[in-house]
Amino acid sequence: MSPTFEDGSDELAETARRIRRHVVTMTAEAGSGHPGGSLSAVEIVTALYFRIMRHRPEEPSWPDRDRFILSKAHTCPVLYAALAEAGYFPVEELLTFRKVNSRLQGHAHTKTPGVEMSGGSLGQGLSFGVGTALAARLDGRESRTYVLLGDGECDEGQVWEAAMSASNYGLDNLTAIIDRNGIQNDRRTDDVMQLEPLSDKWRAFGWNALEIDGHRQTAILGALSEARGARGRPTVVIAKTVKGRGVSFMENNADFHGKAPNREQLAQALVEIG
Amino acid sequence: MVDRLETRAVAGQTLVELGRGNPDLVVLGGDLNKSTHANKFGAEFPDRFFDFGPAEQNIVSVAAGMAASGKTPVVSTFAVFASCRPYDQLRVSVAQSSLNVKVIATHAGIITGEDGVSAHAIEDIAIMSALPTFTVVVPADGVETAPAVRAAVSTEGPFYVRLSRPATPVVHSNGCSFELGRAETLREGGDAAIVACGVMVHVSLEAAERLARDGIDCRVLNMSTVKPIDRQAVLDAARDTGAVVTAEEHYLLGGLGSRVAQIVAAANPVPVESVALPGYAESGTAEELMAKQGLTPDRVAAAVMRAVSRKR
Repeated sequence: MSPTFEDGSDELAETARRIRRHVVTMTAEAGSGHPGGSLSAVEIVTALYFRIMRHRPEEPSWPDRDRFILSKAHTCPVLYAALAEAGYFPVEELLTFRKVNSRLQGHAHTKTPGVEMSGGSLGQGLSFGVGTALAARLDGRESRTYVLLGDGECDEGQVWEAAMSASNYGLDNLTAIIDRNGIQNDRRTDDVMQLEPLSDKWRAFGWNALEIDGHRQTAILGALSEARGARGRPTVVIAKTVKGRGVSFMENNADFHGKAPNREQLAQALVEIG
Repeated sequence: MVDRLETRAVAGQTLVELGRGNPDLVVLGGDLNKSTHANKFGAEFPDRFFDFGPAEQNIVSVAAGMAASGKTPVVSTFAVFASCRPYDQLRVSVAQSSLNVKVIATHAGIITGEDGVSAHAIEDIAIMSALPTFTVVVPADGVETAPAVRAAVSTEGPFYVRLSRPATPVVHSNGCSFELGRAETLREGGDAAIVACGVMVHVSLEAAERLARDGIDCRVLNMSTVKPIDRQAVLDAARDTGAVVTAEEHYLLGGLGSRVAQIVAAANPVPVESVALPGYAESGTAEELMAKQGLTPDRVAAAVMRAVSRKR
């Protein structure tokens, strides 16, 4: 059993375990991809798709659905794995990831059932989420929007344009989640560009800011519940995570930001994940 | 009929009229709403009007999110800020999912005038045409702007509509029959064909009149839909006249002239001459800049003479 979700339900932990296996398997099969930031986000994405969000895998464009926007679109393996597990498309299709004629593109793209936004250029997802949140408000829908950003992604200026506009319009139906795994493509985030004090920055931009352990199920569920109850302003959940979580040689290793495991590494990863 | 109209004012009024019949129409501005006339929409539909300040990257991606939720968002700002500044957002957020976002870009080209080169969008037709899912429309005047904006809003998919700052001469003083994707023949002639868009349509008509006095009859096509271009009209012009001239208030590379030359070269090589901007201009009045940059009836007429003289 995965060490994650130790204080949550076995069912969610089991789903998270399967998603982790999918992530390493599909990236190994593809021979490329971004496992590190996918593994750090497994508990967050699992909680959203299997506890928090109202959505219909059999009707991906259901107008009243909650939206999940993967702004860090390079970590699409975790999203594809969750969508497959939820029933948007067959699990076997995950092995077509990054291959020609596949619906599963190298960065998240709307040709995949259940993917809300085409991404791949950082910084655009929160703005997109401001758009879906404003549209929901205009239509009087209960639909909520969840945007997952990388911590390195917060170097992008557009994130802060979006942050300012979300609080300006009082979008309490919008929640941002930052996968604070501390490592971006090249190096540690603190060595590339100083992000801290990150929560204070968001608060200064008019947001509720919560800091949690992004691998503890109860913490994720609690924070998202608190976000749902907030009125008049958006909420950001800064989720402390471990890049490559669940695979010892990938953990806290920038090399696996954008590199797939080889056959031997895959075998070891699957043993470790269980 | 008035002699001149501001295309941007017509667009602002047209959006208001469209807003009355379309509750999903929303307008997103960037602190230039008086200049773009988007404020008229905001005055009538405050709930459907959003001013994001000068943050165009955000505006375009927000519009994409709204479109993905069933709205018809119109991004309204100056052409330089509507194309060059948020180009990556137009590419990834909008074009790659072919979302229903409408970019109504005002203040395009050198006739924006005194504000100088940073304010002169002379690259926008090229870069917006380079986004595979975008339609690019450049109305010839204020009369054609209304149906062009209506077509943009009522036709599914990403649109870029290119408008101007100053009041420009009215070409369609007897009304216009705008049809998306179809060239409009404003003048018949068998010696050469001038294919133009935007403010250069009027300049080309003047050139054709002068040439007619010298016994050279020019067909003049208003190619307001630059993309997808009316390929058949270009081929007909090449076949019927054997000499083609393009005219646009845009940089020479990547605009209408490039597209027309590509079509003619591939299908029926006849002489093609292009009247366009050789590079960045400077501050000055619209009239001064048009004259200095060679966007005049004389220069179009000279290009026609060159093309005609090259005929076999």
